[in-house]
Amino acid sequence: MSLLKEVKSLIHKDMLLEWRTKYAINGILLYVVSTVFVCYQAFKSVDPATWNALFWIVLLFASVNAINKSFVQESRGRQLYYYTVASAKAVILSKILYNMMVMLLLSSIAYLVYSIIFQNPLGDPLLYLAVVLLGSVGFAAVFTMVSGISAKAGNNSTLMAVLSFPIIIPLLLLLIKASKNAMDGLDRSASYDELLVLTALNIITVAISLLLFPYLWRD
Amino acid sequence: MRTYWWKILGILLLLYSIIMGLLGHVPALPIVHETIRNVYFHVPMWFTMFTLYLISVVYSVKYLSSGRPADDFVAVESVNVGIVFCIFGLLSGMLWANFTWGDPWPNDPKLNGSAIATLMYLAYLVLRNALEEEQKRARISAIYNIFAFPIMIVLMYILPKTTDSLHPGSGGNSGFGQFDLDGSMKAVLYPASLGWILIGTWLMSLRFRIRKLEYQNDSATPETLA
Repeated sequence: MSLLKEVKSLIHKDMLLEWRTKYAINGILLYVVSTVFVCYQAFKSVDPATWNALFWIVLLFASVNAINKSFVQESRGRQLYYYTVASAKAVILSKILYNMMVMLLLSSIAYLVYSIIFQNPLGDPLLYLAVVLLGSVGFAAVFTMVSGISAKAGNNSTLMAVLSFPIIIPLLLLLIKASKNAMDGLDRSASYDELLVLTALNIITVAISLLLFPYLWRD
Repeated sequence: MRTYWWKILGILLLLYSIIMGLLGHVPALPIVHETIRNVYFHVPMWFTMFTLYLISVVYSVKYLSSGRPADDFVAVESVNVGIVFCIFGLLSGMLWANFTWGDPWPNDPKLNGSAIATLMYLAYLVLRNALEEEQKRARISAIYNIFAFPIMIVLMYILPKTTDSLHPGSGGNSGFGQFDLDGSMKAVLYPASLGWILIGTWLMSLRFRIRKLEYQNDSATPETLA
């Protein structure tokens, strides 16, 4: 089986598993909506900088919770089975792509709900959306690999937070800066630097995950 | 003599940098005044830290391909010594900032970046403690180390360049290089950096040898000890 075909069928399997129970996705969506609502109730109205920071914090915790489960939900025996039928690269690639799709859905819904409930004028909504999408892809790439590491290390959620938060901070800083630019409606050329570094960081994390996961997988 | 010449060189370079750093000629500048001499002590800390982290990631890669415990020991001891140099770098920087920027911890991207990078390497040590089995610990922590390294570079060397920073040489500020007209500062800074790098590597190799001996003691069977 070629890599592409393996990845395709693994993603299909993940989606099918999710579709049958709809447990994880509904739980996370409820989490996002209720967090947004709690923030709204607590703050009522905020200044733009806080609005922006709050949105990224909501998204950060939602994505940690969503991706934390990606390696834990499957039993050891089933993981061993994947190892015999597919290559390790296909497994991590399918997980990253699946998590990216989940995150894209999640962040679009979060963005929609957040901007409806919590009204705030956006200078350049299109660019803001682009930054949100780029950010959710980055979150998925980083958290998938870290959840793989923490799953191997006895998988407690404290370790996941300790390992992933320092790693995610540069991404988060870039995202907050670029989205603030978009919010203030600055000229798009002002954010090119951030967008470029963000894209480069995403590519690097995916590439390193692909290189390293075959070593992590063995036991 | 053939094997330990670099240790003597390291000590001599440090002595030179301390003497020349305190007595040598420096350009007269407003605000920084004589604190500019801190550049001979503050900057080499970061060079040394970076060298040690680089050694660590190289040996992590080596461990993944060879599986020898010794490679893992080099990786972890490099991080241990690197963190110490990072803390010294932060402390000397805070002392300096207190005089020139009026605050030991101004909100500067380079300061925050290096603090977060330290957290990342402390997380590496926490991860090691969380794993019991030796081979698994070595392999998984090597993976995390390699994963964290490029992000450390982004955090400490790329992000401060794109944002406003108080640090010389980033955020549109000029570096000290242009004030150093006759190269007298470079003549101290570069030997000082080399000296600290050599001392850092020496410390790392000492700690590595201790750890290796402990490992050999632990893994020795009762028959070989008797």
